[in-house]
Amino acid sequence: MSQILKMVAQRFALGFLTLFIVSLIIFLGIELLPGDIAEEILGQSATPETVAAFRKELGLDVPAHIRYFDWLWGMLQGDMGRSLANKREISELIGLRFGNTLFLAVTAAAISVPLALTLGVLAALYRHSFYDRAVNVVTLSSISFPEFFVAYILIFLVSVTFPIFPSIANISDATPFWDKVYKVLLPALTLTLVVVAHMMRMTRAAIINLLASPYIEMANLKGLSRARVIVKHALPNALAPIINVVVINLAYLIVGVVVVEVVFVYPGLGQLMVDSVSKRDLPVVQASAMIFAGTYVLLNLLADILSILTNPRLLHPR
Amino acid sequence: MSEQSDQDILLRIRGLRIEGMSGDSWQEIVHGVDLDLRKGEVLGLIGESGAGKSTIGLAAMGYARDGCRITGGEILFDGMDLAAAKDSEKRHLWGSRISYVAQSAAAAFNPAHRLIDQFTEAPVQHGLSDKATSEAEARELFARLQLPDPDGIGQRYPHQVSGGQLQRAMTAMAMSCKPDLIIFDEPTTALDVTTQIEVLAAIRDAVEAFGTAAIYITHDLAVVAQMADRIMVLRHGNLVEEGETRSMLADPKETYTQNLLAVRSFKSAEMANPVGEEPLLRVDNVTAAYGKIPVLHGVSVDIHKKRTVAVVGESGSGKSTLARVITGLLPAASGAVSYNGEILPPNYRQRSKDQLRRMQMIYQMPDTALNPRQRIRDIIGRPVAFYLGLSGKQLEDRVRELLSLIELEPDDYIDRLSTELSGGQKQRICIARALAAEPQLIICDEVTSALDQLVAEEILKLLQRLQDELDLSYMFITHDLATVRAIADEVVVMLQGEVVEHGSKTEMFKPPHHDYTDLLLSSVPEMDPDWLDDLLAERAELAKQGRVLKAADH
Repeated sequence: MSQILKMVAQRFALGFLTLFIVSLIIFLGIELLPGDIAEEILGQSATPETVAAFRKELGLDVPAHIRYFDWLWGMLQGDMGRSLANKREISELIGLRFGNTLFLAVTAAAISVPLALTLGVLAALYRHSFYDRAVNVVTLSSISFPEFFVAYILIFLVSVTFPIFPSIANISDATPFWDKVYKVLLPALTLTLVVVAHMMRMTRAAIINLLASPYIEMANLKGLSRARVIVKHALPNALAPIINVVVINLAYLIVGVVVVEVVFVYPGLGQLMVDSVSKRDLPVVQASAMIFAGTYVLLNLLADILSILTNPRLLHPR
Repeated sequence: MSEQSDQDILLRIRGLRIEGMSGDSWQEIVHGVDLDLRKGEVLGLIGESGAGKSTIGLAAMGYARDGCRITGGEILFDGMDLAAAKDSEKRHLWGSRISYVAQSAAAAFNPAHRLIDQFTEAPVQHGLSDKATSEAEARELFARLQLPDPDGIGQRYPHQVSGGQLQRAMTAMAMSCKPDLIIFDEPTTALDVTTQIEVLAAIRDAVEAFGTAAIYITHDLAVVAQMADRIMVLRHGNLVEEGETRSMLADPKETYTQNLLAVRSFKSAEMANPVGEEPLLRVDNVTAAYGKIPVLHGVSVDIHKKRTVAVVGESGSGKSTLARVITGLLPAASGAVSYNGEILPPNYRQRSKDQLRRMQMIYQMPDTALNPRQRIRDIIGRPVAFYLGLSGKQLEDRVRELLSLIELEPDDYIDRLSTELSGGQKQRICIARALAAEPQLIICDEVTSALDQLVAEEILKLLQRLQDELDLSYMFITHDLATVRAIADEVVVMLQGEVVEHGSKTEMFKPPHHDYTDLLLSSVPEMDPDWLDDLLAERAELAKQGRVLKAADH
């Protein structure tokens, strides 16, 4: 067990290092963006003197490395600073939006992960059958279309032609829970269509990959049913690659949903980030990017730990 | 098979034909084989690789692996034709009435589940027993098969149990439903000889105790002689000869069977070490470790010019590590390796090209030791160019010469890929590659272990001829004492990283011995069908006197 704890500690340390490097890249990247908020707000007609004065007021005249360490120090203490555009606390601004993004991601994951695993196991069980091909064609087609296209098709089908779901997912804090679920269902379905193919195909491939193993032959020759051979004997050994793909897709559900949020006018973190970039509200962009990066690192850490836990060699050493 | 015993027939196969996918077309690999098995009888299927014995064994269950299909004949198990049966009907029989024991237990147990759960799965799923009853039966069977800690071993995962124990646990699993027939597919081939004895004894005892019929598949005639009532010899998917074990061993009718029986008769003349001559290679008190785990403890070995030193021991004894230390792949922690009186740098990176050239290696698996994308010309030509600096016409001439030396026709082979060759031919190419450097010493690491016995013998004869012609010295790493008997001048016995005994071959095959040498020597199966009984009786007798000869089976 101590071996596992050591490994987890190691991954944590590596994750932390990754985050540090990411923070550096984010900061440098943003420094390289042309123009800043002072020019943006004051417009082109402003004199250099007023721009300089405004920069001083915002604290933009301080050298970059000092601003970076100030920012980093603040982040470490949980203080994300204030928005340059409206002077509000960034944590407050982001907290709400990130909550919404998570809500959408969780809803989409709750639909797509069980669906993908079931479809994948069934596709492995009935491989090369009509069912297998049909599932492959449908999921692959849905992943081949751009997300906004899938989104508009869904809107056309289930909000315009048959008005079942609303085409705009405008939720707020006050929206009751089930109403929220109802409103995010369409964006969640869009995301499901986008991510299910990847997870389903990995499940299928990971299981089929194992079917030539001697222990699967042995399970067959013990006279077990085909379903039991797949679920009880192949699946537990295929979990590590499946977990990794599932987690990558979960991360995508959180950090890659900008387009879907825009289409459905969903008040998520992605939209906030896009808005802030165009406003050159750099502290908000930096904070959002760090949250996305942190989510990625954390989820991958989770994938590593889960993979270890599914490996009996590591869990039960000799 | 006489007509009146028809009542006892459990399995009757008639005209069995099986096709295998080769390239992109189906080719027949079993050509109409007949087989009868009575209740409680043990039938040995024997043959070399490609004889179709495993394929036939699996077909006896109505099962064909991916890339194989049963195309003709009847497989009547207790009156039901498995060749024509539906999948669900066969699954009903599998595990409950016919079960299977695979070659590698380590691969055939599911790594994700505990042994006990894998044992009880078949009885519970077939509705023959409940979990608790089956678990109790498992403990009984584990004890019967002499597994240590029969009550607790089931709680372990496969990777927590040694190879010999796993093989017995798999035999127990095969018996979990008290089947009428068990197919044993080379169950001891992957084990050390010393461990093999106990597995053989356990299998035979269990099969006798439950009156189970069995098909025992192996390439080793001496093993099957201990296990089977009747033997069928197969070759290229055809039956060569069939008969009661004793009469076949005493009086084989077919030439092929005679060859198989005579396979261990090759023996080179032993040459004593020259007195007063400096050894070619001297390993002096060498210690080595993998990381923090020590593997060799003060090993000393001398190899003289034109001599063959066999290093024997079971897996994990450190014999391959010794080869790695000598070649400098694993630098020794202490001690010295000297060549012609000159101390070699421990790490091969510090050795000169000439020092490297004089010592070459041949590996166990010719399949993995040869680059499948390279032609023979390049495989052999590279060391010639690298060590001797030849190129162009001279290089090609040398490659051709080397091919002739290993008895392969240069024109036929020089432009082939290694993947187009048989196992024995590949090993010959590996030998030629070693010879290309014009070495004085060749380290042979289990070079015949992956080969069929008849092919292995050809390779041994070739190596002996090359030694005579080219004045080579060999260090021959092997676990197979028949090989030692055939080719060695001197023998070094290793156990857990130490040399426990060494001496000339004649000395080594004559008692008295270190206990471990005795165990190793007496564990090599002999053709005599009474050998196992006699050996077990003898060991029981010795144990009474306080001398326990038994594999540690860690």
